[in-house]
Amino acid sequence: MTETDKTVERDETRRGYRPEGIDDAFVAHDDDAPAGGDGGKGSGRSAGADGAPPVMPRLGWRGTLRWMWRQLTSMRVALMLLMLLAVAAVPGSILPQQSIDPSAVTQYLQDNPTAGKILDKLGFFDVFSSVWFSAIYILLFVSLVGCIVPRALAHTKALRQRPPKTPVRFTRFPAKAHATTDTEPDAVVAAAVRHLRGPVRWLPTFRVETGTDAQGRRTVAAERGYLRETGNILFHLCLLGLLVAVGTGQVLHYRAQVIVTEGHGFANSVVDYDTFESGAFWRASSLDPFSMTLDKFTSEFTTTATAEPRNFTAFVTVRQPGAPAKAEKIRVNHPLDVGGAKVYLQGNGYAPDITVKDAKGEVAYSGPVVFIPQDTNYTSQGVVKVPDVSAGLDQIGLVGFLLPTAASDDPTQASIYPQPLNPMLVLNVWHGNLGLDDGTPQNVYRLDTSDMTESTKDGKPVTLTIQPGKTVKLPDGMGTVTFNSLPRYVALDLRYDPALTWILVFALGALLGLALSLFTPRRRVWLRVWTEDVRDDESGETRPRTVIDAAGLARGDDSGLQREVDGAVASAAGRAPDDAPTTASPTLPRKAPR
Amino acid sequence: MSYAELSTHLVWAALTVLTISMIAFLVDLTRLGESRRELASVARLGTRRKELVGVGAASDDVASSLAAATPGASGAGGPAAGADERPANRRAAGIGMSTATLGWLLLLAAIVTRGIAAGRTPWANMYEFTLVGSFVALTVFLLVSRFRDIRWLGAFVTFLDVIFLALAQEVFFVQADGVQPALQSYWLVIHVGVAISAAGILTVAFLTSVLQLLRDSRDNGSAVLNHRAFRWLDALPTPGQLETLSFRLNAVGFVLWTFTLIAGSIWAEHAWGRYWGWDPKEVWTFIVWVVYAGYLHARTTRGWSGRRAAYFVIVGYACVLFNFTGVNLIFDGKHSYSGLTS
Repeated sequence: MTETDKTVERDETRRGYRPEGIDDAFVAHDDDAPAGGDGGKGSGRSAGADGAPPVMPRLGWRGTLRWMWRQLTSMRVALMLLMLLAVAAVPGSILPQQSIDPSAVTQYLQDNPTAGKILDKLGFFDVFSSVWFSAIYILLFVSLVGCIVPRALAHTKALRQRPPKTPVRFTRFPAKAHATTDTEPDAVVAAAVRHLRGPVRWLPTFRVETGTDAQGRRTVAAERGYLRETGNILFHLCLLGLLVAVGTGQVLHYRAQVIVTEGHGFANSVVDYDTFESGAFWRASSLDPFSMTLDKFTSEFTTTATAEPRNFTAFVTVRQPGAPAKAEKIRVNHPLDVGGAKVYLQGNGYAPDITVKDAKGEVAYSGPVVFIPQDTNYTSQGVVKVPDVSAGLDQIGLVGFLLPTAASDDPTQASIYPQPLNPMLVLNVWHGNLGLDDGTPQNVYRLDTSDMTESTKDGKPVTLTIQPGKTVKLPDGMGTVTFNSLPRYVALDLRYDPALTWILVFALGALLGLALSLFTPRRRVWLRVWTEDVRDDESGETRPRTVIDAAGLARGDDSGLQREVDGAVASAAGRAPDDAPTTASPTLPRKAPR
Repeated sequence: MSYAELSTHLVWAALTVLTISMIAFLVDLTRLGESRRELASVARLGTRRKELVGVGAASDDVASSLAAATPGASGAGGPAAGADERPANRRAAGIGMSTATLGWLLLLAAIVTRGIAAGRTPWANMYEFTLVGSFVALTVFLLVSRFRDIRWLGAFVTFLDVIFLALAQEVFFVQADGVQPALQSYWLVIHVGVAISAAGILTVAFLTSVLQLLRDSRDNGSAVLNHRAFRWLDALPTPGQLETLSFRLNAVGFVLWTFTLIAGSIWAEHAWGRYWGWDPKEVWTFIVWVVYAGYLHARTTRGWSGRRAAYFVIVGYACVLFNFTGVNLIFDGKHSYSGLTS
């Protein structure tokens, strides 16, 4: 298409949407801003921008609502809400949080009964789902929607518009350039257009419009940086998408935890898990049928005194209907994908395999018992409850520690290394009623001693120390305990969140939008080209030459504006851009070439 | 001598060299202040009216040519504005630049040898974060110096680096060693590396904003800042130019910080089974992000650009520092990787 005699209808007002108080229009540096474009005064600003004292109009209820909406979507209020959001998040890091560490919250409430109660009422132990925190971010998102939607609509219109027409005077622009050449004006204009459009046809650097002014001089009007606002809108819409995706994930997710000992397994059903929680719209029927067995667990630690962990690996076998059993590995940082969910290795420990025989020699209990690690060397605490003794006998409870590496026979010492180099069970013996028979749920890791008696000898509690493969007698002829072997257990965490992909997509979209909006320069460049009698500096004679006059305008500060204008003029004049003269720029001057 | 020992010695060497660099830059600033006294007072009159307007509204031709004539603002070939101008002796700045470069090389060598000694990426505990963060701040300074004359910033960047490195050596030091399973991931390289880079860039931006506020206060007749001791402020670029530089750095820093947040979420999803859990480190990373987002919004809000926006940078950087020190040392969270046992 030919650019020369194309007339385009332009909306000279170019009223893009601006929320109250936004200040990022194209600005010239003086009050008598150049004509053309939206110049010095931002378009779309509300009344009162001209400095006249505001006259309060009478507002009806609709007017009041309108006023409130305008306030909410104004930049100033958005700014306040952002600051509030930052401040409101602080207590969430200082005070213990119910969602992260419930026991710390309980502890805090015990230590500070008065203040704790008030803080609890105000939701300070659950900051991020408290009313006030939610109110702030919901208002912020409402403000965002009220601001970004009209801006997006305005931008889709602006995308179809042509660059603003060439101003009459260039004197007041922050960037100017001037050149003379012997090339014909038509060729100069064509070269300028080519340069401004750039090499990529489908994504031109500048949107260019050529024309002829009242004096018959050729003009080139160009604008770049539409992507800046596109990126801005993309960023904010992606934040919105992120919120929706996270919310969707919340109602559709499930999370389960299970402890599995070596040689044992579990099936993917709610009853098989130790804990299970799910979103409001999750249905149990959506669980994929599979089962998993823990074949082996290995760990590595440094051989230094601090014994730092270096590697944990769980070797499992996964069985799914209609597929052969599959051996898999789960490691920290490497969850296993199975049945649409991810299985994480969250913890590990020892589950000594114990056999208890009662006074009649009957096996009352046999199997692994999970002991919970208490320190970095896996000194682990556990309880063995033996309810199924022969009729007429007292139930037995064993409480104590497992030391993977006992330093000596002294049962009061802690383990000195996390690996089972010298395992030892240290147990105290209780007998009586375990309190299991009335059906009240009990903590499996704690012995309810309210109805039990501790076995003593010479007034001191009896302490049994047992090594693997050994059997010891229980006091008072209650029977025997055998420490058969020392299998390990893993704590697995299953997570299913169908929104993960969308969360990632929106997060990356926001990042892209942010980068576009921050790094895309928004510039307008105008050129005027005409033929005039010019006196040649060298020969002194006067002859007709092509004169190029150019000006540039940017949104906000822009150190590259002068270079852009210089480059356009240089290309139009058929010179290399480097020998264009440079005038002072409002930003830090570039270093002179050495 | 083992690699670990060599690394420690190299940090001390870098610290010493950077101290020399800082002193040289300070001497340069003092000299600039003295030689610019008369001219600067004229320039200040010229720029004051315009700079009050704020950020993007840059000065008119007169003001900018005057500003360009102050040596801090102009390049080596800046046009001379008046006959009165005595070019300042910038030899001290030259010494500052060359010693800063040497310090940079020593620090780089220290970080590399640390990585070799530990057999992994050398940014996995607080000591190493501090080394690499200081290194990035210095890198940003030297890198920007290749394109713009920002030698006036040298004294402040080297000052902060000296403090950070001394803290690292004396307080945060831990032996070079491997890392626990949760940290064995390529995300350590990406997430932590980008986080430290962002922090380094935000450091330089913070310094620029502080100088912007000081210069602006002096220009506007602050009694304290118009004391003789602050004459060197006149040798700095105008508050508008400082704001522009600070914004550019902050913009890059903010994008990197956003990336840190996203990468952190991805890693958290891999390692801990949830992408976001309001762990103290996550809370503070979020706070930092919101404060800098506030800064970007303030810049484009009428009445909030200029000084007020610069306050956001100060608050934001304070949050960055707290996120780095306070959260690691005070709070008990999943990001307790200081390597220090209390």
